[in-house]
Amino acid sequence: MKKKVLTVDDSRTIRNMLLVTLTNAGFETVQAEDGVEGLEVLEESNPDVIVTDINMPRLDGFGFIEGVRQNDRFRAIPILVLTTESDAEKKNRAREAGATGWIVKPFDPSKLIAAIERVTA
Amino acid sequence: MDMNEIKDIFFQECEEQLAELESGLLRINDGDTDPETVNAVFRAVHSIKGGAGAFGLDDLVAFAHVFETTLDCVRSNKIQATPELLKVMLKSADVLADLTAAARDGVSVDPSRTSTLVKELDAFAKGTPLPASAPAAEPVVAAAPAAAAPAPTDESGFQPVPFSFEGFDDEDAAAEPPQQDADGRSVFTVRFKPRSDLYAKGNEAVLLLRDLARVGDLQVICETEDLPAIDQLDPEGAYFSWLIRVETDKDEEAIRHVFEFAEWDCLIEVTPGADEELFSVHSDSGEDLPMAPVPFDLSMLDEEPAVPAEEATPSNVVELAKPAAAVQEPAAAAEAPMAAPNLPRAEKAIAAEAEKKEAAVAAVPAAPQTIRVDLDRVDRLINLVGELVINQAMLAQSVVENETGGSSAINLGLEELQQLTREIQDSVMAIRAQPVKPVFQRMGRIVREIADMTGKSVRLVTEGENTEVDKTVIDKLAEPLTHMIRNAVDHGLETPEKRAALGKNPEGVLRLTAKHRSGRIVIEIADDGAGINRERVRAKAIENGLIAPDQNLSDEEIDNLIFHPGFSTAEKLSDISGRGVGMDVVKRSIQQLGGRISIASKPGKGSVFTMSLPLTLAVLDGMVVTVANQTLVVPLTAIVETLQPEKADIHAFGPSQRLIAIRDTFCPLVDVGHILNFRPDLANPIDGVALLVESEGGGQRALMVDAIQGQRQVVIKSLEANYTNVPGIAAATILGDGRVALILDVDAVVTASRGQALSSEMTLSATG
Repeated sequence: MKKKVLTVDDSRTIRNMLLVTLTNAGFETVQAEDGVEGLEVLEESNPDVIVTDINMPRLDGFGFIEGVRQNDRFRAIPILVLTTESDAEKKNRAREAGATGWIVKPFDPSKLIAAIERVTA
Repeated sequence: MDMNEIKDIFFQECEEQLAELESGLLRINDGDTDPETVNAVFRAVHSIKGGAGAFGLDDLVAFAHVFETTLDCVRSNKIQATPELLKVMLKSADVLADLTAAARDGVSVDPSRTSTLVKELDAFAKGTPLPASAPAAEPVVAAAPAAAAPAPTDESGFQPVPFSFEGFDDEDAAAEPPQQDADGRSVFTVRFKPRSDLYAKGNEAVLLLRDLARVGDLQVICETEDLPAIDQLDPEGAYFSWLIRVETDKDEEAIRHVFEFAEWDCLIEVTPGADEELFSVHSDSGEDLPMAPVPFDLSMLDEEPAVPAEEATPSNVVELAKPAAAVQEPAAAAEAPMAAPNLPRAEKAIAAEAEKKEAAVAAVPAAPQTIRVDLDRVDRLINLVGELVINQAMLAQSVVENETGGSSAINLGLEELQQLTREIQDSVMAIRAQPVKPVFQRMGRIVREIADMTGKSVRLVTEGENTEVDKTVIDKLAEPLTHMIRNAVDHGLETPEKRAALGKNPEGVLRLTAKHRSGRIVIEIADDGAGINRERVRAKAIENGLIAPDQNLSDEEIDNLIFHPGFSTAEKLSDISGRGVGMDVVKRSIQQLGGRISIASKPGKGSVFTMSLPLTLAVLDGMVVTVANQTLVVPLTAIVETLQPEKADIHAFGPSQRLIAIRDTFCPLVDVGHILNFRPDLANPIDGVALLVESEGGGQRALMVDAIQGQRQVVIKSLEANYTNVPGIAAATILGDGRVALILDVDAVVTASRGQALSSEMTLSATG
């Protein structure tokens, strides 16, 4: 069965890249543009893994991860943070919020797929 | 979709982000203290950096990063958004736009521009702004590598740490692992004891072990001593630890790398060597199950009263089923304790989460719902509606022709159809309509740049940014507008000193306004500068031979001389307002859009340029005329006046040329029927009507046609799309009676009349 990935990113460019990369790698992909939409899409799409950006309008990545972890259906879902933030402070905040792992941009398809496979059964 | 398409999307998005960036900075400049404004500005730069990184646009990444760092300081209130800082940031936004454009077009940007700003931004970020005079002094030294270096590293310490899985595959010969055997393989012992946080963050011990198995051959012992009795077991707890013997050709780093995501939430020890005896005991006893059996019985869960089975959600069920299915995996059974959900808390948590979500949604007004549609689809729709309009007109006409006693039901239905058609047409046109805002926003930068270059102080005020007009018009608006704005600052406004001396505010005001007026969009550019210097314009015009020295002209006529081809009052043609072209070019491009431009000026008070443009290029106001039994449409915007030539007005000029006297000037007379090869001989002007037209280059010509049928709005049909380009003909349309009529390309006809004949392919006669 195809694994389903939920991506949350406000950049149309990155959303498209994720879509192409994930589709080519055989994943089913659902997308949201910010944390608020991410939480909505999460409920209806029931993904296997989440890839999220940090800097987003309305609800940022930290808030989104916290929201996911508070949802009993999804509190054990792997969440990968896809962001340019490479400094330790932001990584720690993401981890404290409940992120499973991270992928440092620049976006590299092989890294993304490897990281997803790493945290999914 | 391929990478090139995504790249196009990226540059589109950059445009939007840059607009967002600039308008955000301007709002902050105007005193907006909403933290969300700073956030939005930060996100814009961040987003550009993110995309640029993905495409390896290193110059862009490097600059965006420095910019972002400074913005982050503002965002976290580490530094104040002072006017000085905002000035630097606005400049940075301009440079970022240039870098983006350069990346798109594959060219490079003068590195000294970026390096100066990089230094200034850096200085602000460190809280030690450079003195205002310093920046330009030594532009290239320290920061230049930041912009030029291929890898996005710079002195601010930005160094993205690429996440790499290379360690799994690469032979790492450099690091000599200890205890190598003959094959170059070494043995490590890994002790791995997760804390409950590890599971809470979605990591799973079993997956980590699976990853570890890719590093080398494993022997795994699961230590279960800490596992309490089931009634004391916290389903959220972590009780197992693992002792793993890894035999690998890789080094310790590769092993640690496996636990990269988890290292904070577990105890991990990697030591060289292994207690071979311990592992041999386990491997003997277990064969395929390299661990002790786990004393755990799933059936006990059913007896747990606090967990009613029906509350288990499907995903929980799946979680529970997984370990059983994955029994082959080492340590798979360890999954069970952590996967058992803490259901009693579920409802409360869901409720809290829902509340939070609602709050989040309520706090931020939802953005208007939009969809992106391919322009081709919209154009196709517009085209179809055009057909509908024509069809409706034809239907109406045939009903009138066949009227036999006035069936009011048909007439009523027809009227309704007409009404609906008009509404559909308006709605469809509205789809292509876009606010002029993006173009207006770009002018902010133009003003800043030219104010800098001329040493003038200018404030740009825009009004009616949300006025909508057809996208094609918007696209073509930027160039003439830029030109006029430059002109207004360069020629219109005085220097601050001069203004002060005149008792004016040293800061000049440039007002850019858009509004709708009688089915057209009217754009005004008003400055409060010196106004047109009529003496100078007049002198220049006489010097250039545009007017006679003793010619008597009204103020308005003098003002309008600046639109005359080749006229420029700038003493030397600078890069600023000229690029070597004058206002005549502006006028020409406005006319090409079917627009008009005029100027009103008051000495000492300023000038107002007013341009009026059609709201759409899909329909056109035209004059329907007859030429050699053909019906043609002449765009109304080109026509200055119509007149009935008198015999006395016509004068022969050479063998084939004729002139017509209009008041006190002579104007070449062009026989449209002849020039389009509708007829071999010149028609007698007295039998026809002359249309005085103003063409590209400002020259006037009298176009001779046989008769005028009337004026009407016509739907423009491209000839290129349906047939092929025809010299002298701009497009075609379909009239109410179903006949095709060609729309005259006035400029081409006028050019042809100067002696450059239209292409020989011009043997059109069939017009429906």
